[in-house]
Formats: sequence, structure tokens, C-alpha cells
Amino acid sequence: MIRLTDVTKDYPSNHGVRHILKGINLTIYPGERIGILGKNGAGKSTLIRLISGAEPPTSGSIERNMSVSWPLAFSGGFQGGLTGADNVRFICRIYGVDYHPRFKFVEEFSELGSYLHEPVSTYSSGMRARLAFAISMTVDFDCYLIDEVLAVGDQRFRDRCRVELFERRKDKAMLIVSHSHRYLKGNCDRFLLFKDGTIEEHSDFEEVYFQYKQQIGEGFQSKEEMVREMN
Amino acid sequence: MPNNEQTADPGVRVDGRSWTIQRRVLGALLLRELLTRYGRNNIGFLWLFVEPMLFTLVITAFWTATRQIHGSNIPIVAFAVTGYSSLLLWRNLPSRCIGALKANIALLFHRQVSILDVYIARIFLEMVGATTSLVVLSMVFTLMGWMPAPEDVLEVIFGWTLLAWFGTGLAMTVGGLSEKFDVFGRLWPPFSYIMFPLSGVAFIADALPPNFREIVLWLPQLNALEIMREGWFGSLMRAHYDLGYLCICNLLLTFSGLSLIRQIGLDAREE
Repeated sequence: MIRLTDVTKDYPSNHGVRHILKGINLTIYPGERIGILGKNGAGKSTLIRLISGAEPPTSGSIERNMSVSWPLAFSGGFQGGLTGADNVRFICRIYGVDYHPRFKFVEEFSELGSYLHEPVSTYSSGMRARLAFAISMTVDFDCYLIDEVLAVGDQRFRDRCRVELFERRKDKAMLIVSHSHRYLKGNCDRFLLFKDGTIEEHSDFEEVYFQYKQQIGEGFQSKEEMVREMN
Repeated sequence: MPNNEQTADPGVRVDGRSWTIQRRVLGALLLRELLTRYGRNNIGFLWLFVEPMLFTLVITAFWTATRQIHGSNIPIVAFAVTGYSSLLLWRNLPSRCIGALKANIALLFHRQVSILDVYIARIFLEMVGATTSLVVLSMVFTLMGWMPAPEDVLEVIFGWTLLAWFGTGLAMTVGGLSEKFDVFGRLWPPFSYIMFPLSGVAFIADALPPNFREIVLWLPQLNALEIMREGWFGSLMRAHYDLGYLCICNLLLTFSGLSLIRQIGLDAREE
């Protein structure tokens, strides 16, 4: 279980302090799939980073009783001068897990072949994405934090990611930030909508998506119209 | 992990800051730094010692050739090796810490990696390089008879350790300040250049006129170098230093450095 109590987060900016999160209360139970919706800059990624523990909250508390992944994203975190294998090794070292079986998995999943022993700076963006996803799957967690990741690569790669994440790990908790309705609707059972620094909890996807679309100014006349559009 | 036979595994917990996790992270960061800095080409990580050694050798050769006056009976090679090695120790540590955070910012996504870890890894690596360079060069020169062996090894180690501590405190302070104020990162190189000729690289304090000596002894690194040189050639020179002053400076720098690094963490802007 992960429990957030009255969590707030402020950031300094050139125009004074910005209050990004204003009192978030949230409990995540094992195996739950939570979809997160909100405008750009609403605080989705901030919430993910706070839950991961990469940053402390300004006030409030975050209690983690299960293992939580780092915020998984498809691009970041690579030092161009290091090889793909070096990056795998680094992750294995800091999480204290055995390297060889993980490397074999990354090799198979990323299909990067001998590129794994070349500097990441020589990779295309698709290759980086494949490496990043494969590395994300090398360490076992009870809760995965996924920040807008599955919209890259070709169809085949996306399918393989889906299998790895949602079929092989169907008993794991996940927090998923995404703008894709197909993605959220199919994979999540709880939804959070960001509204002015706080979150609103929904269980009905059509309702939350309707409100979200209105928030970003792409509103539909009615929910029925939206559902028609989505299909 | 790849297969699902391990579902019973509760997953990897990395909460808290246990010694095991700390050690793991520092070890991983050290290897990562070595690889990003030196790569795998030619002699790879050996550059860590070879680079400072080459610097010291060039300076030593230059001073020997020009018979530069340093105002004592200490053999010129011994003088250059101790002086230049100490410069590398206190000057390169801060230089390596400028921009250290930017280069490693993505790693902070992993909650067990702290900003302090990033600095410690860089400082430690630089220290190992400078120390190895000093040990190897002085051993070789001693065997060749160009340099006397230390008279009091413990005092040499004591002085070197104090200098390394000074460098660490300074590195954290300079690194932290450069993160808070960009301009500081640009000011450090000229600032260190001003201190360079005053820090005893090319003189011993005893050779200076007393008034001037009083002034330059405000530089903590000169005090540490004097201790180290006293240990090495105590019978050939009269050392001038204030151990209490040096320790107070080191403590202040350490605290300011730790505090600045903590502040950077708290000030972190949205990304």
C-alpha cells in the first residue's frame, strides 16, 4: 500500500512560488491500476516523482509499504557516452540485482543486438525507447509508475510492451499518466483527474474523460457524442 | 524480472538509507564516472592517474631545466612533486564538482541516488587520482635517487589528508554555489588561478618575507602543504602553519558545502 496524506508541492519560479500540488490524499492498494489525466503542467509528473521518492513533498507525508519503481519514461536517463550494457549494469548495481539474467532479457527484448555495446549517443530515438523500456522491466517492483510512455515505437514494439507490462505483470499496481483514451480505458480501474492542484477520483472512464476534454478546451456537446467519436 | 516465476518476490525495496544501499550506489556511480570520463579506449581508466602524473612530470621537468629558485635546500624534484600534487588535489576537486549535478540529473529519478552521492563519487575519484599520482611519482623518484624518502610518513599522510579534507569541503561549497548561481561556476577558474601562485606550489613559507608570509598563510591549503612538507623534509626546512586554523577552515567549508547541497535539493525547480 502507498498512502499520501495532505501532500503539497511548491516550486520556486521567476514569478514567485508556484503551488503545483495543493493537498493530495490518495491510497494505492496492491494490484490497482490508476489512470491519471490532467492538463499539461497540472502536476501529473510531479505527483509521479513524489510517489517514486525522487523528490520530497513540501508538506504532508508519503508512506510506502510496497516497492515502487522509478518514474518510467521512454527517453530519459541515458549518458550518451555509455553503452546500453553500461546502463543496464548501472541499474542492476544500484538496485542490487544480478546482472547476467537481466542483460539477457534486455538483449532479447530490445532487439538491439551488437548496438548494446555501442555508446547510446549512436542510437536512434526508437532504439533508445526500446532500451529504456527493456531496462525498466529488469527490476521487479510491486508498483510501477508510468509517465506517458507507451506512445512510441512501431506497432509490434508497442504490442510487446503491452504484453510485458499488462499481461506478465497483471498483479502489480500501476499509476499511468496518459492522454490516450484507448490506453487508459482498457487498462485502468481507477481514474484521477487533476483540477487546480488537487485530484478528483472517478471510477467511470467516460465521465472522467468527458470532464478532461472540457478542461483542455476540446469539449464535446454531450457524453454520447464523445463516446461515438472515441469508437 | 523477465519471467513471472518470481512473483513471490516482493520486489526491490530501496527505502531508507542503509549502509548497504549507500555503498551500492557509490560503487555504481564511481564506475559510471570512470567510464564516462575515460571510456574504454587505449589505457581507459588508467588516465585517472596518468593525467595528473603527466602534469606533475611536465612541471618538474620545466622547473629542473630552468632551475627555478624556491628558496630552500630541498631538491627541486621533491619540491615540484609535493607542490604540484597538492595543487592538483585542492584545485581539481572543486573543478570537477562544477556542473556535476547537471551531468547526473537523470539519475536522481532513482530515489536511492542523492545529490550528495553524485558529489562524493566525483570527489573520491579525483582524490584517488591525485594520491596515486603522488605515491607513484615519489616512489619512482626516490628509487632513482632524485628525491629523498619522507622523514615522517605519518606526518606526510596527516598533511595530505588535511589537504584532501580541505579540497572536499571546498569542492562541495564551490559545487553547491555554482548550482545556485551560474556565475560562480565561471568565477572559480580565475579565482583558483589567483590562489595558485600563493598556495605554496613554488615556494615554502619560510622563504617569504615575514609580513607577506603572514598574509599568504591565511590560505588553508598552504598550511596543509607546509605540514606535509615538514613530514617529508623536516630537517631541511622550517615549516610555518596553524593546525587549528586549518581545521576550523575545513570544518566551516564542510558544513557550508553540506548545507548548500541540501539547499540545492530543496530548491530544485520543476523540470
